[in-house]
Amino acid sequence: MDLEVLVALPIIIPLLLGALSLTVLSNHSAQRWLGAIGTALLLLCSVWLLLHTREVGIQVLEVGSWPAPFGIVLVSDMLGAIMVVLASITGFATALYSLKTVRKRFERFGYYPLLHLLLAGVNGAFLTGDIFNLYVWFEVLLVASFALLILGGERAQMEGAIKYVTLNLLSSALFLTAIGLTYGLVGTLNMADIAVKMASLEDQKMVTVIASLFLIAFAIKAAAFPLFFWLPASYHTPQVAVSAIFAGLLTKVGVYALYRVFTLIFTADTGFTHEILLWIAIFTMLTGVLGAAAQFEVRRILSFHIISQIGYMILGLALFTPLALIGGVFYIMHHIIVKANLFLVAGLMYRLGGSFELKKLGGLYRNHPGLAVLFLIPALSLAGVPPLSGFFAKFILIKAGVEASAWWAVGVALLVGLLTLFSMIKIWNEAFWKASPEPNPAVPAPTRNALLYWTIGLLAAMTVCIGLFAQPIYQMAEMAAAQLLNPAGYIEAVLGGTTP
Amino acid sequence: MKPRRFNMRSLILNTGSSLLLPLLVLFSLFLLLRGHDEPGGGFIGGLVAAAAVALKLFAEDYKAARDMLRVHPLQLVGIGLVLAAVASLPPLFVGESFFTAQWWSLDLPIFGELKLSTPLLFDIGVFLGVIGTVLTVVFTLAEAEHS
Repeated sequence: MDLEVLVALPIIIPLLLGALSLTVLSNHSAQRWLGAIGTALLLLCSVWLLLHTREVGIQVLEVGSWPAPFGIVLVSDMLGAIMVVLASITGFATALYSLKTVRKRFERFGYYPLLHLLLAGVNGAFLTGDIFNLYVWFEVLLVASFALLILGGERAQMEGAIKYVTLNLLSSALFLTAIGLTYGLVGTLNMADIAVKMASLEDQKMVTVIASLFLIAFAIKAAAFPLFFWLPASYHTPQVAVSAIFAGLLTKVGVYALYRVFTLIFTADTGFTHEILLWIAIFTMLTGVLGAAAQFEVRRILSFHIISQIGYMILGLALFTPLALIGGVFYIMHHIIVKANLFLVAGLMYRLGGSFELKKLGGLYRNHPGLAVLFLIPALSLAGVPPLSGFFAKFILIKAGVEASAWWAVGVALLVGLLTLFSMIKIWNEAFWKASPEPNPAVPAPTRNALLYWTIGLLAAMTVCIGLFAQPIYQMAEMAAAQLLNPAGYIEAVLGGTTP
Repeated sequence: MKPRRFNMRSLILNTGSSLLLPLLVLFSLFLLLRGHDEPGGGFIGGLVAAAAVALKLFAEDYKAARDMLRVHPLQLVGIGLVLAAVASLPPLFVGESFFTAQWWSLDLPIFGELKLSTPLLFDIGVFLGVIGTVLTVVFTLAEAEHS
């Protein structure tokens, strides 16, 4: 048994755990243990996979021993492995946080099995090397997310879920159409093989059409401008733990897919596709942050900020220089941890302050100084204040923008950073600094929040570490970007293995 | 308006179903095993088996059908998924790639050769998964009717 199987572990572990926790559906403590220990195991395996990939190079697993262009391959390059680690970190944090926050009623409806299924879908999307398999993993994670979104069955949840489901189904349909056209054009579904055959086509017009379809499909999933409104309509409605994992991971799967296909397959006409991506990035950054400025509910503010941050990630891809891709990958790493953490903090703010509305919150700094510090770390990091992770992420991207003379993008990125800071200070002022609206809010403050503090503290520590020890993280992002810019390595790893 | 009660209890259906039930279950197993080399398989077998339980539900009542299954249908889905996932692992122990089909053949004294394989295990997983999924839906509807 050689280490090849490592590539499959991040998918098979959550699948097995999800199935196991379905068999013990009525045993709450067994489900919780499976959730916490299982995601910890998943995290260990993912880190191992990342280290192995960094050491040895791109890892390929031919599922069922079917050779590459015909069977399904699982591929772990640096980008994929990094994403899997991030997904596992978020999954682990969410599982820990869920131990104390998810009610038994939701556990009976299958909260934990769905969580595992979601993680399996996300990891599958990050690791697959087959475009149709990517579609399948998208569906797996969407089905799980639909169910998680409406757990509880409140009116607001249903309303949000309808928008979420409709737009995501539209995007899936476009994605499927694009896959169909691709298959009709080149007769293969293996991404590396598609890349080879697309490049050798004489008529590149059809390729551009297909590229546009993929672009729209993935941009919807990533909640990019202009079809982003499903996100702020739905992300603030479910359980906080669910919001956190959605905010951390789901849109990033769309971003990942954009990174994958627009570095591997559609690189022939970058003047067209990446120009569109650039404008999408600029408008996504702007609309997201302006939307956030108009909101006064913590989770809604944070939801709009997801959108504006997606803009930065797409900006990295759109500029398509080595430094920009490094910045983009770095940004994803920083963002997933910070964003999930901010939602978890919002959940704790609700437990301690009794509301998500800024008007009703107040005095949290006086009563819970520890929470205030734990809020400030991810919040300032999101806004890009040095020496936290967000500073380096933004710095690399903006430097890349200056080098590429994309002045509009640079200007907007700087302005959006400033407005993000404004937004975070708004939350700080209202929820933490100002006096409590009522002298003694009649909220029975739940005790035993230690585990929640630990979870948030863990993620905050990671944010600080990414900032303080930026060099090793930067090197990993650099390796990922180098592999993205040189798709020949990926193609050889996947297809080269077939000829002995 | 008083809601119309859903009541199909009849002597003919009741007697018929007790004859049909074992046949349907046997047939579903036949389909499951036949799927090995010929049309059939876990999915269609699972549908037939679920239909058998649904027939019990119509002929008698919700409680009888639940008792016949003994476990919660979602647990059945879980067991099926575990089996299907476990079916991917055996090739690792003989040094082959993940999910590669493994075949073992046994010689039994009277019946002759018995072929066992990981695809069969996977198919049994699908079989249980389909039964569980269909019955979750059916029971949920029946429960809404029941209360």
